Amino acid sequence: MTATFVGMPAFPEAARAALGDSQLRHNLAHATATIRARRREVVAEVDEWEELRLAGAAVKDAALLRLDEHLVRLEAELTARGVTVHWARDAAEACAIVAGVAEAHAITEVVKVKSMATQEIGLDEALAARGVTAWETDLAELIVQLGDDLPSHILVPAIHRNRAEIREIFVRAMGDAGRPAPAGLTDEPARLAEAARLHLREKFLRARMAVSGANFAVAESGTLVVVESEGNGRMCLTLPEILVSVVGIEKVVPTFTDLDVLLQLLPRSSTGERMNPYTSTWSGLTPGDGPREAHVVLLDNGRTRALADELGRQALRCIRCSACLNVCPVYERTGGHAYGSVYPGPIGAILNPLLRGVGTDEQVDSLPYASSLCGACFDACPVRIDIPGVLVELRAQVVDARRGTARHAAEAVTMRAAAATLASGRRLGLAQRGAGLLRRVTRRSVFSWLPWPGSRWTGARDLPAPAREPFRAWWRRTGGGRR
Amino acid sequence: MNAREEILGRVRAALRGAGEPGPVPRGYRTVGVANDPVDLFLERVADYRAEVTRCAPAEVPDRIAAALHDARRVVVPAGLAWPAPPGALPDTGLGAAELDRVDAVVTGATVGIATTGTVVLTHGPGEGRRALTLVPDLHVCVLRADQVVGTVPEAMARLAPDRPGTWISGPSATSDIELSRVEGVHGPRRLRVVVAG
Ligand code: SF4
Repeated sequence: MTATFVGMPAFPEAARAALGDSQLRHNLAHATATIRARRREVVAEVDEWEELRLAGAAVKDAALLRLDEHLVRLEAELTARGVTVHWARDAAEACAIVAGVAEAHAITEVVKVKSMATQEIGLDEALAARGVTAWETDLAELIVQLGDDLPSHILVPAIHRNRAEIREIFVRAMGDAGRPAPAGLTDEPARLAEAARLHLREKFLRARMAVSGANFAVAESGTLVVVESEGNGRMCLTLPEILVSVVGIEKVVPTFTDLDVLLQLLPRSSTGERMNPYTSTWSGLTPGDGPREAHVVLLDNGRTRALADELGRQALRCIRCSACLNVCPVYERTGGHAYGSVYPGPIGAILNPLLRGVGTDEQVDSLPYASSLCGACFDACPVRIDIPGVLVELRAQVVDARRGTARHAAEAVTMRAAAATLASGRRLGLAQRGAGLLRRVTRRSVFSWLPWPGSRWTGARDLPAPAREPFRAWWRRTGGGRR
Repeated sequence: MNAREEILGRVRAALRGAGEPGPVPRGYRTVGVANDPVDLFLERVADYRAEVTRCAPAEVPDRIAAALHDARRVVVPAGLAWPAPPGALPDTGLGAAELDRVDAVVTGATVGIATTGTVVLTHGPGEGRRALTLVPDLHVCVLRADQVVGTVPEAMARLAPDRPGTWISGPSATSDIELSRVEGVHGPRRLRVVVAG
């Protein structure tokens, strides 16, 4: 079974451990550089990319600012199309609903299509505790599950494994889980994919129940959307007689045609493809086609807490493309595990504290500091989430929540200095101009050492050199990219 | 309080004092493709390493036969707009295990999208239920040239949510192993597209 992140060390210690793992660093550097290049290419093809980003952000905002109305509409449309709708306040409640559906049909194994929401609630472990085995069917998730490992990237959870390691995992573990790996399996990617096809096909043909998430849920038509590559999603959504979809309440979009912007933004930002191989859309049950019984679990689990944060609520626009991970200098060096959550990288650094609240958990409180505030994540984000802005705000919240406790005293000193700079537009402008000058003078692209108080920062990190033109100056010059 | 009421209550409390959502700027919908969308479609489908050909409507049966040269057992949905290839099984609600023993399926589609090289099936007459184009290893998909549009928004305008939809862009693929793209995991490993007209 997939292990969980509970009890992970706080980010700085976990990051130090990850930085020492040269194989991990090599795999990550290769993977993030490859996806970055692909994404750049297919985004450059679209002249109206900035318009799409503005529209994508507006569509999600329109949904979030009227979320109660859209959820009620979604529930009505789903119900009218034969779907049973459940509401879950938290992870335990959601897991109990899914397990209850399995138990009502005496089902002991389910097939699963990769879904962040079900990972977030620890569904596999909860089902196992009730005697139901959940088989992950996405190739990367299968690698993670068979390797008894943790996912490290939203999109490519096994990004930290190379082909030789994957072959070794398949040969060792497939037999215990079902059809063994073919004899003489090599580490060629095509052969490894074929092994996964054979191993999982027997499970698809036999499974009576599937569990999915959804990338989008359309309020006006009760349509759910799953975006994928391999066809394991289609298998899960089509063949078993019972389908349970766990959907975070922030996945709602108002209208069916709103998908015309999101289905353009997501694949190009995510895998760097013009379109992903398969997208499935379905609105409830279709007689003679697909499942005969369908359930949708609408999940809160902290989303309403994030929604209440006036600045932070924009994080709920996230469409989980993972572009921000791939451009992040911190993520590229530490990998996903150091974030101690299913949501790693820049989005994880804001989403986890927003969903769970600050001031109670050391790990969560350390996340807003897992950033150099370079702004690359905002530029990459297809729905224009101002991650650096939210990070700064969350740091202030962490400091407030922990005021007077000894553990954060060091951060408090550094952050007070940073806050003094960041809180004043004029001082920030001066600091940025100074930093840009430093770069022009030294021509270095990375600083691994800065004088105190900067040394508190560079003691554990390399600092990418500041951009020649500060973001704020660029914003003024271009009107936020609109000019 | 039940979960539904409590969650809706939390949402309303969270949004107290939040402003009105602004209008969605829809300028992107007016952007089209410069040249013949069918040419671009052929090019982009081929980019995914799918096989694609264009022919006159009268030639379609020959092109279907050629696309099926390496398939023995072939299934077709009811309502296929083209003559079924000789010997093809009509879909009579075969189970998944039976479909797994079929080599190929021939269907139509609802719309093709040039900029992304995508075919969209909505699983009505001529397109078959979803399992039909999923389990067999070869999918031969025939579109009329007038079904090909330039962009995703143009395609969305032709689709309705009442039918299930499957957007297919090339054969099944994964990049999960060191990001090298491998065609063919669980869906059809081969996709052959014929454009008529
Ligand atoms: S925050 Fe933006 S860039 Fe990051 S995963 Fe979410 S949508 Fe993608």
